Amino acid sequence: MAKRSLSRLLGLFLLAVVAGLWFTRPQHIEASAIPERDPDLTNGERMFWAGGCASCHAAKDAKGDDKFVLQGGLELKTPFGLFRVPNISTSNAQGIGGWSTADFITAMVKGTSPDGRHYYPAFPYASYEKMRYGDLIDLKAFLDTLPASDNEVAGHDLDFPYSIRPGIGLWKLLYLSDRPFEANPNWDETTNRGAYLATGPGHCAECHTPRDIFGGLNAERWMAGAPNPEGGRGRIPNITPHADGIGNWSAADIAFFLESGFTPEYDSVGGSMASVQENWAKLPGEYREAVAAYLKAIQPIASMKAEDDGS
Amino acid sequence: MLKRVAITGITGLAVFAGAAFASEDPISTRQNIMKSNGASAGALFKMVKGEIEYDALTAELALREIFAGAVAFPTLFPEGSETGGKTRASPEIWKDKAGFEATALKLENAALAAIPAATSGLDQLKASLGSVADNCQACHEKYRLEKN
Repeated sequence: MAKRSLSRLLGLFLLAVVAGLWFTRPQHIEASAIPERDPDLTNGERMFWAGGCASCHAAKDAKGDDKFVLQGGLELKTPFGLFRVPNISTSNAQGIGGWSTADFITAMVKGTSPDGRHYYPAFPYASYEKMRYGDLIDLKAFLDTLPASDNEVAGHDLDFPYSIRPGIGLWKLLYLSDRPFEANPNWDETTNRGAYLATGPGHCAECHTPRDIFGGLNAERWMAGAPNPEGGRGRIPNITPHADGIGNWSAADIAFFLESGFTPEYDSVGGSMASVQENWAKLPGEYREAVAAYLKAIQPIASMKAEDDGS
Repeated sequence: MLKRVAITGITGLAVFAGAAFASEDPISTRQNIMKSNGASAGALFKMVKGEIEYDALTAELALREIFAGAVAFPTLFPEGSETGGKTRASPEIWKDKAGFEATALKLENAALAAIPAATSGLDQLKASLGSVADNCQACHEKYRLEKN
C-alpha cells in the first residue's frame, strides 16, 4: 500500500517535471513573424550605443574603435556566481557570425540561443524584449558590419542551483512580459520616446532598480537605486525625481550629464556608468533629451537604507 | 599680555591643527582636492555653456588648480587610508598603484597642455575642455566606488 502510494507520488512528480519543462521551454521567434525591412545602418549604430553592447561585450577598458570588437571575455562577479560575457563578434566559429535575423531577435526578445537553450538574464533580454523589430533588424545589420574576433570565452561558473539552465524558464515565466513597449497616453511624444529608449535598449532599470529574491526587477521601486549587482561597497544611485534621487536636477541637467559625464555639481561620472555615459554621448542630443524627459516623468521614490535590501 | 599669549597659543594650535589636518588626514585632504577640482570644472563648463562670461584668467586658474591637485593626488593614498571618513576610494588604487599614478599623470599633462588653447578664446576652450575632462571619468571609472 505504502509502496503503491509512493509510486503514485513519483508518477505525479515526474508529470509535474515534464509539464514544468514544457511550460518553461525556450521560446523562438519564427522568421515569418519578422517584417520585411531594408536595414537602416545609421539607426542600427544608434541602437548599438543606446543598447550599450560594447560596455559588456568589448574587451575590458576598450576605448575608441576597440569598442566595435565584441570579443567578449569580461567577467561579471555576481551573487549567483561568475558570468563570462560571450563573444558576439561576426566570427562564425566563436561569435554570432552565422546567425540569422530570426536567431538574433529570438535571443534579444526571448532570451533563447539558436540551439534552443535559455540565456541567463545577466544578458538583459528582460529589457531588450521591449525593443521594436525594426530597431532589432537595424541593430543586427549594424553588428554584421563589425570585425570578427576569434577570442574563445569559457562558460559561466555559477553556484547551485543557478547552474541549472532549465530553471531559467521558470524565471522567464515570472519576469518576461511577452508584450512590446507600450506608450503612456498621459505622456507626450518625447517622454514616451525616452521611456522606450530607457526601458528597452537602454536597460537602465537592470542596474538602477532593485531585484527581488528571485532576481527579477521590483517594479514598485522602479529606478529608485539598488545594491551594486557586482557586490562591493556602494550602491547604484536612485534616479527617480525624488529628493533622494535626482529630483533637484533639471531635464537639461540630466541631458548634460549624459553628454558630458558631469553632474550639476560638476562631479564626474564613475564606475560602470562611465562607459554607459560614453555611449550616450555618441547619440544625437534628442536621444538624451528624451531620456531626461522620461526620468523627470517617472514616480519619485525615496531611497531605501542600504541595510533594508541586503547591500 | 596674557591675552596675547592666549591668542598666540590658540593661533599656533590652529596652525598646528591645520598642518595635522593636511598631512595626517589624507582622506580629508584628497576629498578637498576633489572639491577644488569640482569648482574648477564648474567654472570651465559654465563658461562653455554660456552660464558665466568667458575669462582667460579664470580658465588658466582652473586648469592650474587641476594640474596642482593631480600632482599631489597620488601621494594621498598611504597604507591605512583605505577606509574611513566616507572615502569612496576603490581597493583598486592599492592593487594597481602604477596604473593609478599613470592616470593622475595623464590628468597633469592634459591640464597643462590645455592652457594655451583655453586662454586664447572661448571656442578654443570649448574644443580643448574634453581632453582634460575625459580624465575625470577615466579615473573615476576604475578607482572610485559608488556612493553608499
